[in-house]
Amino acid sequence: MIRKRPITLTVNGSTYARDIEPRRLLTDFLREDLGLTGTHVGCEHGVCGACTVLLDGNSARACLCLAVQADGRDVTTVEGMGEIGALSLLQEKFRKHHALQCGFCTPGMLATAHEILNDAAPLTDAEIREALSGNLCRCTGYEHIVRAVSEALSERLGGAATGSAPNAG
Amino acid sequence: MQDDARPKLIGSRVQRLEDPRLLTGAGGFVDDIQLAHTLHVALVRSDHAHARILTIDVSAVEALPGVLGVYTADDFSAKPLHATSRMKGYQSTGITALADGKVRYVGEAIAAVVAESRYIAEDAASLITVDYAPLPDLVDPRIAAASNVLLHEHHDSNILVSRKFARGDVAEAFANASVRVKDSFRFHRKTPLAIENRSYLADFNKGKQALTLYSSTQVPGVIRDALAEILAMPGHSVRVVAPDVGGGFGGKASLYPEEILVSLLSRRLGQPVKWTSDRLEDLLTTSQAFDETIDAELAVDKDGRLLGLKAEILGDVGAYSIYPWTAALEPMQVAGFLPGPYQLANYQAEVVAVATNKTPAGPYRGVGRPAAAFVLERLIDMAAKRLDLDPVEMRRRNLVQPHQFPYRTGSGIVWDQSGFTECLELACKGVDYPAFQAERNTARQAGRWFGVGVASYAELTGIGSRMSAAPGMPINTGTETATVEIDASGAVRATFGVASHGQGLETTLAQIVADELGVPVDGVQVIHGDSAAVTHSTGTYASRSAVLAGGAAHLSGQAVRAKVLEAAAFMLEADADDLDIEDGIISERGTNKTLSLAEVGRAVYSEMGRFPLDMRAELDLRATKFYDPEFGTTTSATHIAAVEIDPETFIVTVKRFLVAEDCGRLINPMIVDGQVHGGIVQGIGAALFEEVVHDQNGQALSASLVDYVAPSAAEVPKLEVLHLDTAARGTLGGYRGMGEGGTIGAPAAIANAITDALSHLNINISQLPATPERIYRLVTQAIEGDT
Repeated sequence: MIRKRPITLTVNGSTYARDIEPRRLLTDFLREDLGLTGTHVGCEHGVCGACTVLLDGNSARACLCLAVQADGRDVTTVEGMGEIGALSLLQEKFRKHHALQCGFCTPGMLATAHEILNDAAPLTDAEIREALSGNLCRCTGYEHIVRAVSEALSERLGGAATGSAPNAG
Repeated sequence: MQDDARPKLIGSRVQRLEDPRLLTGAGGFVDDIQLAHTLHVALVRSDHAHARILTIDVSAVEALPGVLGVYTADDFSAKPLHATSRMKGYQSTGITALADGKVRYVGEAIAAVVAESRYIAEDAASLITVDYAPLPDLVDPRIAAASNVLLHEHHDSNILVSRKFARGDVAEAFANASVRVKDSFRFHRKTPLAIENRSYLADFNKGKQALTLYSSTQVPGVIRDALAEILAMPGHSVRVVAPDVGGGFGGKASLYPEEILVSLLSRRLGQPVKWTSDRLEDLLTTSQAFDETIDAELAVDKDGRLLGLKAEILGDVGAYSIYPWTAALEPMQVAGFLPGPYQLANYQAEVVAVATNKTPAGPYRGVGRPAAAFVLERLIDMAAKRLDLDPVEMRRRNLVQPHQFPYRTGSGIVWDQSGFTECLELACKGVDYPAFQAERNTARQAGRWFGVGVASYAELTGIGSRMSAAPGMPINTGTETATVEIDASGAVRATFGVASHGQGLETTLAQIVADELGVPVDGVQVIHGDSAAVTHSTGTYASRSAVLAGGAAHLSGQAVRAKVLEAAAFMLEADADDLDIEDGIISERGTNKTLSLAEVGRAVYSEMGRFPLDMRAELDLRATKFYDPEFGTTTSATHIAAVEIDPETFIVTVKRFLVAEDCGRLINPMIVDGQVHGGIVQGIGAALFEEVVHDQNGQALSASLVDYVAPSAAEVPKLEVLHLDTAARGTLGGYRGMGEGGTIGAPAAIANAITDALSHLNINISQLPATPERIYRLVTQAIEGDT
């Protein structure tokens, strides 16, 4: 057996201390050890972006991250962005504009979009597309995702935010 | 729809009922399901395309802590299941959990390790060694077709299907032609690439001797029936559940070896057994698409009228004839739909589907029609150029005209009625076609490689029982069931055999039921994707669910409405004909007498004694109806694209993309737009980027998402979609299926636009995807040919 190591990290505002194998991926730790299955795994080589979470507020590929690398850090997953009945600004806009179909890429797409809103710089649609280009979606053709992010960003920049997520949105 | 109940929800942009859970990480995909004591599988897969398995050495594994067992084909006695067909001369292949004695493509599963975790299972799998005796790798279908080396020893040859047909007088059509154009077209292999990889969790209940398979499948009903046969268990003891499914696009519409494997293992071990594909496994083993060479020739008269069409279609269908669709599916559909939406009476085609040492081909969004539209729309543009006719005018002269419906095509398919010409005109209006061309001309004058392209197509959707979704397949896909019921609390549930995997059927079907019953849309719970919820089902594929399940929803909703009104009429001492239902409240017109659905539900179930004895047997507020559209309906569209090619990098940028389509009456315009957008972008991917590449030994070179390129948001333009929004005549509710169309028209329109952009070099795009490398070669050849 591989020797386990202790880690302590914050996930969606709660602190967790666990002993885990150093090789354990952050995705598996979140999904299987903490039961936070909203973070999805699409490719396990950092291309599709489905597993994107916020690590200390910055987007990160949870599939390319070992859980031990998250020791002492702050992770936000989709479960920490809003909840049913109290959706975040971005979640609301995604729903309004039909920016999700199967919903599998959505948690990662939301994490990247949160980072866009956090950066709080005005972006053209082309720049939004570029900013989202690390997240693949096979259902929507991106049209409605761009509209949702664009509208959320304008509201954020216009100060009309209604969101409730810890970092953005 | 009741005459007195005008639809309120059908046609509205209702926000999706599935969104809140999916937006908050509260969805439930198969891999999210964690059952106690679940065992995990890792597979040893073939690294040879064609080889005999000599030995499988598992000795290093068996003592590893956490490993419960290693299994090979010898450990299972289940008979292979064959996809059968009525087609003459068809040769089937068997599907088993693990390769038995030989491997036929790279990635085929040979041995399964079962362990306490996937980590341990993969550790163990890496220690297993397989000795092979290599066989000739048959990767070129022309060589495989003529080879004495057989993939399947019981076959006569590697040709699984071969068919010829002809209508009209093709020879005379070609003899009379003013212009003939021909080319050899190639649509390379692609993969569906759902973002959720395939995942299966089998849970055998020893006490009940019953199996539940949670499967990321589009077709839980098909899988249930197949597993019942393979496991020799009655259908009621095999339940297949497709929970939230992360996209399918055809890749999850067939039976897979791993579904059989986890089911057999769970039954044997008495514990839940899970296998989730990684992306490498997905790119090696999920059914792939297209891979045809189509030699086609078109005959045209001096006015541009289509006279005749000849085609030879060679399909590379990979190593197995996929269950249940068979190897005939894709290449036969190319032949069937090649004449397109045009007046074209004289047609002959020959189809040959050949087994090769590659991943099995299967259904993919559009099935056959993306390749058919690519070929015919290219030929039409080639003929238009020879005649100096505008491509739009060429199509205008040849599309089946409104007065010609129903129209039997050259392949025998009947277009019942659809807005062929209307879509063409709407698309031209949408882009302001003269201005669009002027923009192209201005760009050209400035030396830019800028082109515009048009493509029109038609497809059959919502296919009823008179036809099979796959040619020759003896499975009924033409009917669909719905059960609508109101329980003792007054809550409404609607249960379907279809299986939504992104289409939003929990919303659109709820819209129909809610309109029929007069209840709020979020008051309707839609159950789908569960074989145990219905007596028979197949699933969601072939643009069938809105038409078939939608029709069944109307019928069962109407039946339950009648039952509610009958019970309420008795309770209110009123005539049922004088009652309305709105927002769940039943009221008598002209009086202030009302009842809620909850009150009716409580009375019917909890206070049945209030009703006369002779009413009670039929009081249940529940109805199951089947809907069979018999023939189906014709969906059509025109796509218009503008592209620009960078003359240094040869990268194609899609500058504009517009679709005008006729999908009948729209249930939810927002969802329809989303479906079209997604289809277009998969079509853009197919046209420009996505290609499964094998080397001469059958090794997949495109085995990661770095090498297999799917479009991201940055490669895609703003998408414009226009609808005719007129009710289809032939279906209940007036719906047409529309989930696939975007992928059918886009490759053709883009191929035409690229050809237009390269017209100064006289280049014809005859292969897709038009990658920078292919365009570079074409341009280099054209320039060298000139000097």
